[in-house]
Amino acid sequence: MVTRMKILIIEDDIEAAAYLAKAFREAGIVCDHASDGESGLFMASENSYDVLVVDRMLPRRDGLSVISELRRKDIHTPVLILSALGQVDDRVTGLRAGGDDYLPKPYAFSELLARVEVLGRRKGTPEQDMVYRVGDLELDRLSHSVRRQGKEIPLQPREFRLLEYLMKNAGQVVTRTMLLENVWDYHFDPQTNVIDVHVSRLRSKIEKDFDLPLLRTVRGAGYMIKDDRTAGA
Amino acid sequence: MSKLGVLFRTTAVRLSALYLILFSLCAAFLVFYVTGMSERLLQQQTRDAVTAEVTQIEQVYTRAGINGLLRSLERRARQPGANLYVIAGPSGEILAGNVASLEPGLLDREGWTERPFAYQRYTDETRKDSHVALAHVLMLDNGLRILVGRDLQEPQKFRALVRQALMVALGIMGLGALIIWFAIGRNALKRIDRMSEASTKIMAGDLSQRLPTSGSGDEFDRLSESLNAMLGRIEKLNEGLRQVSDNIAHDLKTPLTRLRNKAEAALARKGTSQRGALEEIIGESDQLIRTFNALLMISRVEAGSAAAEMSEVDLSQIVSDCVELYEPVAEDVGLRLEADLAPAMAISGNRELVGQALGNLLDNAIKYAEGAGEPLIKVALGRRDGKVVLSVADRGPGVPEEKRDDVVKRFVRLDDSRSKPGTGLGLSLVEAVMEMHHGALELAATVPDNADNGKGLTVRMVFPASAT
Repeated sequence: MVTRMKILIIEDDIEAAAYLAKAFREAGIVCDHASDGESGLFMASENSYDVLVVDRMLPRRDGLSVISELRRKDIHTPVLILSALGQVDDRVTGLRAGGDDYLPKPYAFSELLARVEVLGRRKGTPEQDMVYRVGDLELDRLSHSVRRQGKEIPLQPREFRLLEYLMKNAGQVVTRTMLLENVWDYHFDPQTNVIDVHVSRLRSKIEKDFDLPLLRTVRGAGYMIKDDRTAGA
Repeated sequence: MSKLGVLFRTTAVRLSALYLILFSLCAAFLVFYVTGMSERLLQQQTRDAVTAEVTQIEQVYTRAGINGLLRSLERRARQPGANLYVIAGPSGEILAGNVASLEPGLLDREGWTERPFAYQRYTDETRKDSHVALAHVLMLDNGLRILVGRDLQEPQKFRALVRQALMVALGIMGLGALIIWFAIGRNALKRIDRMSEASTKIMAGDLSQRLPTSGSGDEFDRLSESLNAMLGRIEKLNEGLRQVSDNIAHDLKTPLTRLRNKAEAALARKGTSQRGALEEIIGESDQLIRTFNALLMISRVEAGSAAAEMSEVDLSQIVSDCVELYEPVAEDVGLRLEADLAPAMAISGNRELVGQALGNLLDNAIKYAEGAGEPLIKVALGRRDGKVVLSVADRGPGVPEEKRDDVVKRFVRLDDSRSKPGTGLGLSLVEAVMEMHHGALELAATVPDNADNGKGLTVRMVFPASAT
């Protein structure tokens, strides 16, 4: 097994932090906890983490200032901001301060986990890869073409971007919100199963004439593209 | 005494006191100016008369000599209301005339006496009071001195009379001002007392109380009216808040109860797989989170905190994004989503919120038009009277006219829609977003003259004309 991901949670609500730590550990992630901004800043500077989960409102030093201080020290650990504020412009200020992702409270743990995993593996996914491969499925980012078993599959531009994002995070759960944010670049709640419909259209295109399913629905969480044979091997 | 003190602290009384003082100063100046002027005028007249007489006397002396002069003076002195005539020797002793005594030294200098002087007439010997006069002294070449003067009693009486009249008038005016002052001050105080009485009741929690108005439309009435309007608004907001918290209690309790029931049922199902139940529970709590987020978003938008993130956005782009996003969903339930979009419609707005609002409208349209009436949803973006109008028209069951105001309220869902999924917050958010964009939300029937149920609903988001 690959090295386990190690994250730091900076959250002043002890109970919530304990619940998060337990849930993360169950998901196979090593988890440290700091309960105020100063000690969080210290721990994040002294140790090496894959992801920081930072609450916005913290005693002794607020979350945003922790992030900007880290960035000033040239520490570029990906940061996910948790916020109870939920204001529309909160995301903007959070990302401007140096955060990489933003999740308003209350959130589903599956959503947090999926985002943390994507952030943590980001270092390993070379952005400059021109071709993404999952099993026998191949996506060429340069020519905007998709092939499976060497057979070209025509996709709409949006379907292409959807598949591109899924394949970039192959083997990881991506939630519906993450898809809406990254593929459509909107952060609102679409109320219904909008994303599901788009995904199922994509799925029918890439799986219709082939035996092996690649795009799986992870119940209660989202979607994951994965080649089961390589995972099993 | 303290009542008077309170009275004096009112603005009306202070102002009128100031006016009273200023007015008194002006009036006093007027009195002295008028009397002074009239006195000077009368003295001038006196001098003119005396000068004329002196000229005559000189002429008589030149023509008829001392004897003629004496006769002439005798005659003049006996006339009723005669002037003063004195003939004195070189040393100043009175030789003839109608004056009994004079101030000493008066005859030593030729010409006008420097100021009015006191004298006594023969007839006055019984009454000891002296008269005041102005006179001209003439030195004859034989050493005799002749004084011609005029009594100043009349002018002085006149002056005193004028002064008295003015003083009385001033007194009456001052008294009047005091009375008015007192009346106005007391009246103002009474009304302010009534107002503070009413506001004490309001502060005690009775928001239905209103400040009294007299109906005269004066400044107190205007103040009361605007305060009353404010109270009305507060009462309405308060009412809305109460309703919302009632609704929250109800609409959050229901799914929470459902959640709990499911958890209980799963727990009771011994041994068997609880996975399905747990997944249902997660779905249920996701719905709860969604409701919470929608509520939070509405209150943030209403509080105006998102207004800072307004920028020039391309509404056409947002609309086509949303249409593209929802089109497959509509198609899946057999609806056609048609878009008629004017290109490059720029508005000042928040991309996320406008997207969310339009998303809510499309979601509603798809939800309610499904399997009802003509399977068509039209999205149109264009201009109307300079304003940018974005409309979503469905052919579903529509909303009765009398319910259109209600469906915008939080958690309000029409009875036949309760079976559909949703939070009951969709249109509330759209309205809040439109308010933030200084626009309006309009609800209308798509086919107004359609008698049966399939009137459809057209929702219009009307944005104000862009600044550019």
